[in-house]
Amino acid sequence: MLRGLVNKIIPFSSVDGPGNRTAIFLQGCNFNCLYCHNPETINLCNNCGTCTKVCPTQCLTMENGIVHWDKEKCIECDNCLKACKNCSCPRTTYMTVEEVIKAIENTRPFISGITLSGGECMLQKEFVIELFEEVKKLGLTAFIDSNGSIPFYGDDRLMKAIDAVMLDVKSYDKEEHKMLTGQDNEIVFKNMEYLASINKLYEIRTVIVPDILNNEKNVDSISKRLSELNPSIKYKLIKYRPIGVRTEIIKSSMPSEDMMEKLKSIAIKNGCKDVIVV
Amino acid sequence: MDDILKIIKDTSLTYEQKVFTLAKAAENSIKPLNIDEETQKYRDNGIICDLFEGNAPYRPRYIVPDYEVFLKNGSKFLDLEPPKNIWEAINSLLILYKHVPSITSFPVYLGNIDTLLDRFVEDEEEAYQAIKLFLLHIDRTITDSFCHANIGPEDTKAGRLILKASRELNVSIPNITLKYSEKTPDDLALDSINTTLITAKPSFANHEMFAGELGDDYAIASCYNGLPIGGGNFTLVRLNMGRLAPMAKDTEDFINNLLPDAVKKMAGYMDERIKFLMEESGYFESSFLVKEGLISVDRFTSMFGMVGLADAVNHLLGAKDQKDRFGYSKEANDLGVRIIEKLEEEVKKHHNPYCKFSDGKFLLHAQVGIDTDKGIAPGCRIPIGEEPEIWDHIRHSALFHKFFPTGIGDIFRFDSTVKRNPQYVLDIMKGAMKVGMRYISFYTSDSDVVRITGYLVKRSDMEKLERGEQVLNGAAVLGLGAVKTQHVLDRKERKDA
Ligand code: SF4
Ligand code: SF4
Repeated sequence: MLRGLVNKIIPFSSVDGPGNRTAIFLQGCNFNCLYCHNPETINLCNNCGTCTKVCPTQCLTMENGIVHWDKEKCIECDNCLKACKNCSCPRTTYMTVEEVIKAIENTRPFISGITLSGGECMLQKEFVIELFEEVKKLGLTAFIDSNGSIPFYGDDRLMKAIDAVMLDVKSYDKEEHKMLTGQDNEIVFKNMEYLASINKLYEIRTVIVPDILNNEKNVDSISKRLSELNPSIKYKLIKYRPIGVRTEIIKSSMPSEDMMEKLKSIAIKNGCKDVIVV
Repeated sequence: MDDILKIIKDTSLTYEQKVFTLAKAAENSIKPLNIDEETQKYRDNGIICDLFEGNAPYRPRYIVPDYEVFLKNGSKFLDLEPPKNIWEAINSLLILYKHVPSITSFPVYLGNIDTLLDRFVEDEEEAYQAIKLFLLHIDRTITDSFCHANIGPEDTKAGRLILKASRELNVSIPNITLKYSEKTPDDLALDSINTTLITAKPSFANHEMFAGELGDDYAIASCYNGLPIGGGNFTLVRLNMGRLAPMAKDTEDFINNLLPDAVKKMAGYMDERIKFLMEESGYFESSFLVKEGLISVDRFTSMFGMVGLADAVNHLLGAKDQKDRFGYSKEANDLGVRIIEKLEEEVKKHHNPYCKFSDGKFLLHAQVGIDTDKGIAPGCRIPIGEEPEIWDHIRHSALFHKFFPTGIGDIFRFDSTVKRNPQYVLDIMKGAMKVGMRYISFYTSDSDVVRITGYLVKRSDMEKLERGEQVLNGAAVLGLGAVKTQHVLDRKERKDA
């Protein structure tokens, strides 16, 4: 049976799309962003066993060469995440669609819908489709939070299952995007255009990172592009926060309010009508 | 006599507060009620408590006038013609409010003020000006947090202006409830949520639930009490389950012997209070509210209050670890429900001839506690400091809400960032109604107006009081007490989880 690799489920989230949403984080990402604030979601576990040695409650064990995690005993101290050299996490669970649906049963009356996030959830596209088809049957909305590296276009079944996408547009410049994420941004922009054209682009986001990115150029170019597509689409400017990040690979700091306001005004000047700073 | 002098010399009381306190002292200098020895014992050890109603009830605890009748007819006693425009309407209402008594001497119900005023809204700007002054006047003259206005369930222009003015004024009085129905448009609900995230009101009442039990013409008065419009509540006495439980040999003894006995004694005590009010005080024979049809004795009931279910359950089960306690373990929650079912059954056995609205029955009320309660949780609430995640919390509350037509409610404090996503709170509120919650309130951590246990007080007022300064709102002292004994400012802050 088809299973998704789930890193965690946040039952109530106020920041992952409209209304109250259950945010489901899938494990595994094809980007490796310098500023990633949950780097433990990047790679699949290679069962090296390092983390089992640091768990204070012995909830990590090796069985037949595979790491097992005893959820009940876990005290969420994050020692395992700090110890992992592989940007991975032993606290993941393979779940069937049915199991995910069961996991949200208790909170279903209180939410507008589900948001799949990651890692990059589109790496598990088949699972996304099947889960969302069930989610829709419950009268909930189905949102995706994506880095945009995998095409949304050309897949009718996928797009029927998804209500809207929140897309990261991390950098306008190809080289800068590569420097930041390790990957090209060509498909990101194609996705942006496609999703806007079918009215399924809920918002785009850009993280503002002083000293690392050409933030002004990014916001200027991205907002121009967005306002040409549809000026009413939300443009979210996110402050870089040095929390949970790998400080050994990134030397930056939180941008000032002034800087954020200045960037916001650039986006507004370019025609974007719904620009927010968080 | 020392007490009287103490009141007279107390510089932390305003003049008006002094007069009320002296009146209460005068009332309490006589003992006209017949209270048998066993009941008195229950009173002495705090198991039965009449919540400072006084020794000689000379007005019903809560009066819920039919303000529609007043707008239609004006008042002969007050010599007022029916109002013809918004200025006359607010002026007349403000006059009438000063003649609607209650246990605090201030009115606990101001009417469904949106539908009352909507007919007079012609020019919106002028109406806004009038409504804002109306609300300001209420805050500064009805200086008591138990004063409650209702809006909804329908959307009205006046309702929107009331919300707007409330956001702008950001004061603790009046308390406001939106009667929320499945038919209430999302837009009005969202406007209400945006308001409550700024100024801790309105709260949300489950309209279908209240109307199903009390009829469409019900009101939310005082903290969150469902009562019939055109009537009210004679008396509210409460049973402290947290204090009763330690006297039981075991759970069965509590449920089968102690609880029925305490209910019987308390019902008898309520009878005695109602009898005095009805047969001795002369209130209903002399009040113009009765004569002019604003209230009728047939539409009165009485509220049988309770507190401390959590404490009783935890005591009976000897539950120490969080996972075993009320709000967490199935055994504890089931016992809670069993106790309340038994309470309902015992209270239903009692008949009081004057409670005509409720066919001679007392109606259950989950009382929010008093400022001196220490280690006793309000009503059926999970104690502050032990709150589970909000979804489990709401489902837990809903187990109990159906038993309490005259009021029960829960309060949730949010991290102020939810202001960016009011739809988030709307989803939670709607879900709460769906799973059977009767009444729910929200506020944010950065709000100056905070919900204490049911009523609202300004943080800044409590700070003044602590410095020994006078404050206009008489309930601020209760708020400060509850902050100290019940840690109400430490209510769990709800963040994404
Ligand atoms: S977070 Fe859980 S699994 Fe990881 S080390 Fe701590 S207790 Fe063990
Ligand atoms: S989570 Fe990391 S440290 Fe633990 S076994 Fe997997 S790869 Fe190794």
